[in-house]
Amino acid sequence: MSRPEIEKLQLERLQKIVKHCMNSPFYKKRFDEINLKPEDIKCLDDLRKIPFTTKQDLRDTYPFGIASVPLEKCTRLHSSSGTTGNPTVILHTEKDLQEWAKAVARCLHMVGLRPSDVFQNSSGYGMFTGGLGFQYGAEHLGMLTVPAAAGNTKRQIKFITDFGTTALHAIPSYAARLHEVMEEMGIDPRKDTKLKTLIIGAEPHSEEQRRRIEDMLGVKAYNSFGMSEMCGPGVAFECTEQNGLHIWEDYYIVEIVNPDTLEPVAEGEVGELVLTTLNREAMPLLRYRTRDLTRVLPGECPCGRHHKRLDRMKGRSDDMIILKGVNIFPIQIETILLQFKELSTDYLITLETKESNDDMTIDVELNDMFTDDYGRLQSLAKEITRQIKDEILVTPHVRLVSKGSLPKSEGKAVRVKDLRKPF
Amino acid sequence: MTVHQLSVFAENKSGTIQRVLDLLKEGNIQIIASTIADTTDYGIYRIICSEPTRAYETLRAAGISVNLTDVFAIILENEVGKAADTIKLFSDADIDISYLYSFMLGNKGILIFRTKDSEKAHEIIILNKLNFVAEKDLSTLI
Ligand SMILES: [Zn+2]
Repeated sequence: MSRPEIEKLQLERLQKIVKHCMNSPFYKKRFDEINLKPEDIKCLDDLRKIPFTTKQDLRDTYPFGIASVPLEKCTRLHSSSGTTGNPTVILHTEKDLQEWAKAVARCLHMVGLRPSDVFQNSSGYGMFTGGLGFQYGAEHLGMLTVPAAAGNTKRQIKFITDFGTTALHAIPSYAARLHEVMEEMGIDPRKDTKLKTLIIGAEPHSEEQRRRIEDMLGVKAYNSFGMSEMCGPGVAFECTEQNGLHIWEDYYIVEIVNPDTLEPVAEGEVGELVLTTLNREAMPLLRYRTRDLTRVLPGECPCGRHHKRLDRMKGRSDDMIILKGVNIFPIQIETILLQFKELSTDYLITLETKESNDDMTIDVELNDMFTDDYGRLQSLAKEITRQIKDEILVTPHVRLVSKGSLPKSEGKAVRVKDLRKPF
Repeated sequence: MTVHQLSVFAENKSGTIQRVLDLLKEGNIQIIASTIADTTDYGIYRIICSEPTRAYETLRAAGISVNLTDVFAIILENEVGKAADTIKLFSDADIDISYLYSFMLGNKGILIFRTKDSEKAHEIIILNKLNFVAEKDLSTLI
């Protein structure tokens, strides 16, 4: 599909879905409140007249309040775990499930998978959408699909060798674990298995980690992006260029907004991903704030597809720090720190008010005492400071601390300590 | 001609020095000399001890950030001006000294220093027949 074709289809579908949303008590009320009519959406830009939908809206209307069809028309429910407040529920009709399977199948087809492939899904099933989502998608494509689910590593490896698995879906850390156990069992993935494609996602990982896993297993590994609010997997997927994830624009309208002002960011800039579903029946979402940070990669993809490419997710908008009027995401700092092999992976960002000024201190752990020279330690701290300043435009105070002295990185919360006084 | 010195990364106020001392004590390793210099945030704690390699492994295993560095240890007669004369030999040869400290052991003075020009330093020591401490001497030094 060419750009004009995509946009024409998007407008048709948008107008249709907005009309359909008026069956939802939630959206009906939202539109009535601002006196907006479905007929007011005359071009794609009119999308911006529609208010955002947030995760909080999903919680507030728990469990079925946003649905645009009666419950008896629905055939599936997925729910996300609610660590804070109500969980969220997503409903699907039979048609939604078919469309979802088609979208996942399209992703898998894009990376070269065909009916002759054997697809092993080593992902959690149940409420977690990565299980059933890939199951139905792989079956729709016509592959022999093995619902291996997660865990029992030796059995997974037996499936891989016995069934001639060519494609595997697993989170990156589990793929690394499979390799470890293969080694223990004396299995060489290149010689003793037919593995060639790995689908990874759901767990943050660096480009370097991806390359390492590809190298270990002798496969090509592709990133997948999805979220339960948007069905699950199948929203965006890497093509064989492995540079950005094509998002299916006949299914979604993509907006990138500044999480602070909610205004669109300039082309190619990082912001919060906002998605409008175009062909969901049971529970369409209009301008849903995903809270995921990314950007649209500029330029055409060499693969020839015209669907926009999203950069890898750069963290969550909830993690955003505003310092001296600048929006900063911890992931920007983390990415820089990861490049210094002298440092461990733990760090702590402390924000303080010093002489009525906002001040940022970054504690970084020295991995090893690589020198006996003060000068070298000081120039290391200086180099880290310089690179971070180039990235975030604020000069932090970088402090070297001993190995093991920082809290371990279990939750994101411990990475940032905000001690600033409200004024 | 050089000896191994331990260099420990020691944050101020973190209790690293106490931990290092306790670990060496448990390992029955004797400290011959030690020195610390500090910046605002951290210091480098430098130690000459009886068994540097074993000490290094002990500290590393305990998660201490430690480095093993080669330093020169020159033995000086207990006479006024000996240190000045000795250092002059090196500075006249344009040898840069990164840091230096000294201590008394028995009735001898010991001068510890680190330089990047270790080849030149070797030459000076041989040419001037200076007495020095070798790694194997450390365990019998005390
Ligand atoms: Zn592409």
